[in-house]
Amino acid sequence: MSTPYAKLPAWADYGLIPLINLSVAFIVAGFVVMLVGENPLRAAVILVEGAFGKGTGIAFTLFYATTFIFTGLSVAVAAHCGLFNIGTEGQAYIAGLGIAIVCLSFDSTLPWWLTFPLAIVASALVGALWALIPAYLQAKRGSHIVITTIMFNFIAASIMVYLLVGPLKPAGSQAPQTRNFLAGAELPKLNWIIELFGAKIRSAPLNISFLLALAMAFLVWLLIWRTKLGYEMRTYGHSPKAARYAGISETRIIITAMMISGALAGMMALNPVMGDQHNVAIDFVSGAGFVGIAVALMGRLHPVGIVLAAMLFGMLYQGGAELAFEMPAISRDMIVIIQGLVILFAGALEHMFRPYIQALFASFSPKSVGMQAVNGKGA
Amino acid sequence: MDIFNAIIQVLDSTVRLSVPLLLACLAGLYSERAGIFDIGLEGKMLVGAFAGAAAASVFHSALIGLGMAVLISVAFALVHGFASITHRGNQIVSGVAINFIAAGSTIILGQAWFQQGGRTPALQPGERFEAITWPGADAIRDVPIIGPIYAELLSGHSILVYFAFAMVPFTWWVLYRTRFGLRLRAVGENPAAVDTAGISVAWLRYRALICTGILTGFAGAYLSMVQNGGFVKDMTAGKGYIALAALIFAKWKPVNAMFACLLFGFLDAASIRLQGTPLPIVGKVSVQFMQALPYVLTVILLAGFIGKAIPPRAGGVPYVKER
Repeated sequence: MSTPYAKLPAWADYGLIPLINLSVAFIVAGFVVMLVGENPLRAAVILVEGAFGKGTGIAFTLFYATTFIFTGLSVAVAAHCGLFNIGTEGQAYIAGLGIAIVCLSFDSTLPWWLTFPLAIVASALVGALWALIPAYLQAKRGSHIVITTIMFNFIAASIMVYLLVGPLKPAGSQAPQTRNFLAGAELPKLNWIIELFGAKIRSAPLNISFLLALAMAFLVWLLIWRTKLGYEMRTYGHSPKAARYAGISETRIIITAMMISGALAGMMALNPVMGDQHNVAIDFVSGAGFVGIAVALMGRLHPVGIVLAAMLFGMLYQGGAELAFEMPAISRDMIVIIQGLVILFAGALEHMFRPYIQALFASFSPKSVGMQAVNGKGA
Repeated sequence: MDIFNAIIQVLDSTVRLSVPLLLACLAGLYSERAGIFDIGLEGKMLVGAFAGAAAASVFHSALIGLGMAVLISVAFALVHGFASITHRGNQIVSGVAINFIAAGSTIILGQAWFQQGGRTPALQPGERFEAITWPGADAIRDVPIIGPIYAELLSGHSILVYFAFAMVPFTWWVLYRTRFGLRLRAVGENPAAVDTAGISVAWLRYRALICTGILTGFAGAYLSMVQNGGFVKDMTAGKGYIALAALIFAKWKPVNAMFACLLFGFLDAASIRLQGTPLPIVGKVSVQFMQALPYVLTVILLAGFIGKAIPPRAGGVPYVKER
C-alpha cells in the first residue's frame, strides 16, 4: 500500500497544516466581506472585541461553545469509527422531546439537581435511539449512513413541528413551543466564574451544562484512546476489513459508535433548552448540529482540538452578533459562509497544501520528512 | 366533475412541483453515475436560483438570468470537483461545505446588493420565463375530459418545464447510447478499467460534474424565475435532499428518476391540497406527515424493503492512479 504523502513532524501535521487551512478559509471569508463593501480587518477586530471584550461577551462565547462541543464530539466519535454522522442536527432536535417530557413532568416537584440528571439521561437516550435506526440499517442492510441520517433530520424536524404546534403546545397559546419551565428545570448560571476575574456580566445564558460538555470531552478522549471499545472503533474506522479479520463485530461496533454519537448530540439540547430558553421551541437547534461537522474537522477529531474549535465558533457566533450591529451589511449568516469555508479547507481540501509544505520541509532537511526512507524503498 | 377538476389541479401542481426535483435529480445522476457523490445539489440549486434572479433583475433579461444561474452553479460544481477529484478530498465533506457556502453567501450578497432582507427585487414580466399556451388550448378548454387535460395539464407551463421533461429521454440517450455515457457509467463502476483504456478519469469526472452544474443551474433558475418571481433566502428548502432521495429511489436510472420525482411532487401537491380537509378512511392527515413521507419512503427503500438500491460501485471513492 503506497501512501501518497511522506510523513511530516507531528507539530507540523497537527499544528501547522490546520493553521494554514484555517487561515486560507478566513482569507477567503475576508474576500466575501470585501465583496460586500466592508473592511475585513475592521470586521475581524469588531468580531474579536465582541466576543472577548466584555464579560458578557465571554459568557455568551462560552455558552455557544458548549453547544458546539457536544455536536463536535458527536461528529468526531462517529468519524473515528469511519461513519459520517450528518444527523447530529436531527438527533439534537428530537432529544428536545426527551427533555420536554422530563422537564414538563418534574419541574414543579423536583429541584434542578434532580431534574438535570434525569434530563441528561432522557436527552442522551432519545438522541441515541434516533441514531440507532440509521446505524442498524447501515450495519445490517448496508444503506448509506449519510443518506439515512439526512433523511432522519427531516423526519425529526417534521415530528417536532407536529408536536410543537399540536400536543406539546399549551392551550390558548399561539407560539409553537412548550410552556415555559418552572424553576425546577432551570440550570444554574456559571457567570460567577467569569465575575471572579473581575468582569461584569449583565445577563448571559452560560450555565452548568458547560461543565458537562467539558466532562464529556474528557470521557470521549478516555473512550477513544484508553478503552478497548475505542480501539475497536478506531480499527474499524481505519480499515473495516482488518477489524472484521480481528474478530470485531461490525454490527456491534457501528451501532455502539452511532448511539454514543447520538447521545452526545442529544445532550446538546440541554444547553439551549434548560440553560437559556426554558422551553422547547421550533428549530431551537438552528444549525448547531452542522456546525459540529466544522468543529470536529477543525479539531482534527481530538477532544482538545474540538474544545478549542468550539470556542472559536462560539466566538464567531457571539462576535458575529456584535458585527451585525456595527456593519448592517454583514448579518450573522456570515458565520454560515465561514463554517462552509472551514469545512471546505480543513475537511475536503485538507491535503491541498501538504505537498508544498512537505517540499519545503524536504528542502530544509530531507531526513525529517523521511525522504530517504522513501527513496530507499524505491517507491 | 368537481372531483375531476380537483384531480387535474393536483396533477398540474404535481408537474410544477416536481420540475426542480427532476432537474436536480438528473443533475445528481450525472455525477453519481461518474462515481462522485453529490450532497451539494441543494447548495448549487440555491446559488443558481440567486444568480438567476439577481442577473435577470439587473439586466432585465430572463435568458441572461438563466445563463448566470448555470454559470455560477457550474462554478460551484467545479469547486466540488477540485476538492474531490483533484485533491481527492472526502466528497461528502466537500458537498456539505458547498451547501453552507451557498446558504450563507446568497443571503449576505443578496442583502448587500439589493437591501431587501436577502430577497432579490421582484421580477418584472420580461425578466422571468412566462407560461407557454399551446395552440388551440383556449378553444378546447370546455371540451369535457380532454379539454382540461390539454389546456391545464399539458399547456400553460414555462419552457423550463418542458425542458426538464425533455432532459429525461436525453439523459437516457446520453448515458446508454453515446460513448461519453458508456465511459461515464464505467468510471462510476470501475475507474481503473477506464484508466487502463487510456481515458482520463479526472477529466471524465469533471465533465460529469459540469453536466451536474448546468442542470442544478436550471433547477435553481426554475425556482426563482418561474415558480417564484424572485429569490427568497433558503428557497430550496431541502429540495436538493429530496432530489437526492429521489435519485436513490430511482436506483440511479433516468426514467425511474422522473417517476420518483413525480411521486414526491405529487406528495407535496397533495399535502397542500389536503391541508385541513379530512380524507374518507384515514381522517385528517397532518401536513407534517405528508412532508416527511418522501424521506420515510426513501429510508424504507434503503432498508431494502422495496427492492434494493445499489449505488454505483466506485461512488464516493477518490481515484488514485496506481504507482
